[in-house]
Amino acid sequence: MSSNTNRRVLPGFRLSLSFTLVYLAVLVVIPLVGCFVKAGSLTWSEFRHAVWTERTRSAYELSFGASLTAAAISVALGLLIAWVLVRYEFPLKRLFDSLVDLPFALPTAVAGLVYSSLYAPNGWLGRFLVPLGIHLAYSRPAIVLVMVFIGFPFVVRAVEPVLESIDAELEEAAAVLGANRWQTFRRVLLPSLLPPLVTGFALSFARALGEYGSVVFVSGNMPMQTEIAPVLIVARLEEFKYAEATAIAVVLLLASFTLLVMINWLEKRSRRWDY
Amino acid sequence: MRLAAVITIGYLVVLPVIAWVFVFNQAAEQALLNVSYDPTRELWRDLNRAFREQYARETGKHISISQSHGGSSSQARAVIDGLEADVVSLALWTDTDALRRNGLLANDWIERLPNRSLPYSSTIVFVVRAGNPRNIRDWDDLLQPHVSVITPSPKTSGNGKLSLLAACGAALKRGGDEKAAFQYVAELYRHAPILDAGARGSATTFAQKKIGDVHLTWENEARLEVAESRGELDIVYPTWSIRAEPYVAVVDANVDRRGTRAAAESYLRFLYTDEGQRIIAAHYFRPANDAFRDRTILPDVKLFGIETVAKGWHEAQEKFFGDGGVFDRIYERP
Amino acid sequence: MGNAMSARVSRQDPWYVRWTLTSAALIVLILLVVVPVAAVFIQALADGIATYWNNLFNDGDTRHSILLTLAVAPTSVALNLIFGLAAAWAISRFRFTGRTALLTLIDTPFSISPVVAGLLFVLIFGQLGYLGPWLRDQGIHILFSPPGLVIATTFVTLPFIARELIPVMEAIGPDEELAAVSLGASGWQMFWNVTVPNIRWGLLYGIILCNARAMGEFGAVSVVSGHISGQTDTMPLWVEKAFQEFNLPGAFAVASVLTLLAVATLLLKVSIERRARPQLAEAKQMSESAGAE
Repeated sequence: MSSNTNRRVLPGFRLSLSFTLVYLAVLVVIPLVGCFVKAGSLTWSEFRHAVWTERTRSAYELSFGASLTAAAISVALGLLIAWVLVRYEFPLKRLFDSLVDLPFALPTAVAGLVYSSLYAPNGWLGRFLVPLGIHLAYSRPAIVLVMVFIGFPFVVRAVEPVLESIDAELEEAAAVLGANRWQTFRRVLLPSLLPPLVTGFALSFARALGEYGSVVFVSGNMPMQTEIAPVLIVARLEEFKYAEATAIAVVLLLASFTLLVMINWLEKRSRRWDY
Repeated sequence: MRLAAVITIGYLVVLPVIAWVFVFNQAAEQALLNVSYDPTRELWRDLNRAFREQYARETGKHISISQSHGGSSSQARAVIDGLEADVVSLALWTDTDALRRNGLLANDWIERLPNRSLPYSSTIVFVVRAGNPRNIRDWDDLLQPHVSVITPSPKTSGNGKLSLLAACGAALKRGGDEKAAFQYVAELYRHAPILDAGARGSATTFAQKKIGDVHLTWENEARLEVAESRGELDIVYPTWSIRAEPYVAVVDANVDRRGTRAAAESYLRFLYTDEGQRIIAAHYFRPANDAFRDRTILPDVKLFGIETVAKGWHEAQEKFFGDGGVFDRIYERP
Repeated sequence: MGNAMSARVSRQDPWYVRWTLTSAALIVLILLVVVPVAAVFIQALADGIATYWNNLFNDGDTRHSILLTLAVAPTSVALNLIFGLAAAWAISRFRFTGRTALLTLIDTPFSISPVVAGLLFVLIFGQLGYLGPWLRDQGIHILFSPPGLVIATTFVTLPFIARELIPVMEAIGPDEELAAVSLGASGWQMFWNVTVPNIRWGLLYGIILCNARAMGEFGAVSVVSGHISGQTDTMPLWVEKAFQEFNLPGAFAVASVLTLLAVATLLLKVSIERRARPQLAEAKQMSESAGAE
């Protein structure tokens, strides 16, 4: 795009840019800076004590672990769903396709409310699963489940366009050369699906990491076991330990920021693979 | 397309303007804000209605009272952060005193109302499934294998703190020393699979989701729960329990700034009138005026005060719920 | 081409593979999405339609929560709309240093946990925070008051519209706008008559997504709201409150309204996609054939 000349031709550069910067400064930069400043009011050892106790380590472990697991599961399920939606025909396909977007639109509190009541021992699904020993409420698996709910659409929506644009001739060529379907899938299709799968993984991971509303309803919040990091932040707030709360928030922020940078980098890289 | 544009503009501009007008209209009435803890929603609903009538009778003026409910410590934090409470009715002394330490209450707040600012008190009792299948009679029975105990988190909930303190005190009263009491408490929380943020969260878990065998909760909550359960739950009184003292106070800094002191003080004094005490007893709280207590519903129980477990609420807070305190140590891996 | 290709390709998979995969995918979707949505409505209507109606409209607090949501959400969307247009214009039409950094900054609210977002604003506007005491002296109420809800919601939904518009504007390209300017149109004329009509579907799309998120926001709002019944409870907060008052039908009633909104959002999205796809595809083709990128 030859937009260096645009700057002189198209109007509104200064207006739009300055508005954008002011808006971001007021809403995003200043609060973030305030958070870091507050966390910075702790000495180094206080900071370490706030963010690196056994309880916080469990919370990070849980948050990161559950998000990773959920993202991995989302990748598998998302790929499956995207494949079926793109490749096959079946009745009500449009309907199911739109359903994939529901987790984007549904409030997290509603998701949490309904999942916790479905899988509780007296819930519609829980009453069958709990006697089998499957506890999908108030447990780590419950957290993973709800994170999969909010994460799998990212994978589906990332994979679908790539799947749609794969040239059919590649597959036909592979078939002609003697590959069976599975080999074709593994050697020909999967490599080009890898970039969107990675993007989808990263997006659902990032989303799951920050999730609060739904997880709080289903997790049980037991320290060392089912307490996610954001809940720990709220706990510190309740104890009037603002600086410690911001310390933990800073850790989470740095982790999310790193993820974000990685996602953007991945997206840029994956565009090179566009056919 | 035209239609879409019209709808969009209508939605983004016209609708919010109308809605904001309504929202700000509502906020404009003279209101007292009562910031309270979780299980008192029904109590204050009735008290507020009765007080509004009395206030109208006495002064001819209309007053409206807003309520905010949540975990006691969460609420205290909100008030310190700027939630403009005229009156606080929190679960624990430490939460109310936190307001004093932040300059919101006068130093002598506790003496300003009768009975040391306690229009009502309560205690911690057990709720069990109908018929008491696990045969839970007293604190020791909670440690039976496979018994799971539901109680909220002591970090955020007054109920949560009181359950722990009651358990500890009861162990001491049964003749143990402090070490044995702490061991009892640790063992007890190993039987607690879920720690909700507030009393109501635990009640929902136990009564609605039917998780757990016994629920440690406020006496008034227990009564409510059993009544709502239509025969599926029973109440059990242990031999010893703690005297829970939910203090009430006028928030000096706020009422002076908002000019609501007279109304707020008359609001709290209403709690000590006969009608106030009657409503309190009707909601299963133990009224300051013992004459109003119905002994069939709120029986005599051996109650110990906070002195049994610590030299006062402040020390109890530090010792049990502070960083590295008794509660934190329960969850440390050996 | 799509249909022919999928017909050809689907013949390449043996029928049992197709069947298994399709059933598996549908089962997953049903379990993850359909069952919960159905559960919301069934629970809401468990006591009959009359009670459902009662729950929603006969309680002052419920009515207020709906009103508050209808005030806060569109306001946040409107604010972010203006921002989204400005940011998309600056980023897609011009090159400048720090452009990528700006993009990352815009994305930041996406990855911040809502609770942390709420905490950030408590740090600034709370009494123990930086601006709190000064604001109170001026009589300005932000925290624990509707303005605080707007700020928290605006923060959390900030990236939605911008992120939607930037690729759309990049795909469509500046050619028509350049033409308009060279023909003598002023900046605003160009904007209203050329830019906005070109991006209208992306715009609508972004507004709908932003609105859905704004209406459902829970975490950040929960931290800054103060939970004052009848004053600072938005619908999602009200759901939690009703839940805690043993009022399951009430909680599910309001939850069902939120779910209906989500479903409506989806339907709007689908209908826009159907209309926007040919336009976007054409725009893409044009910019590709012009040798862009």
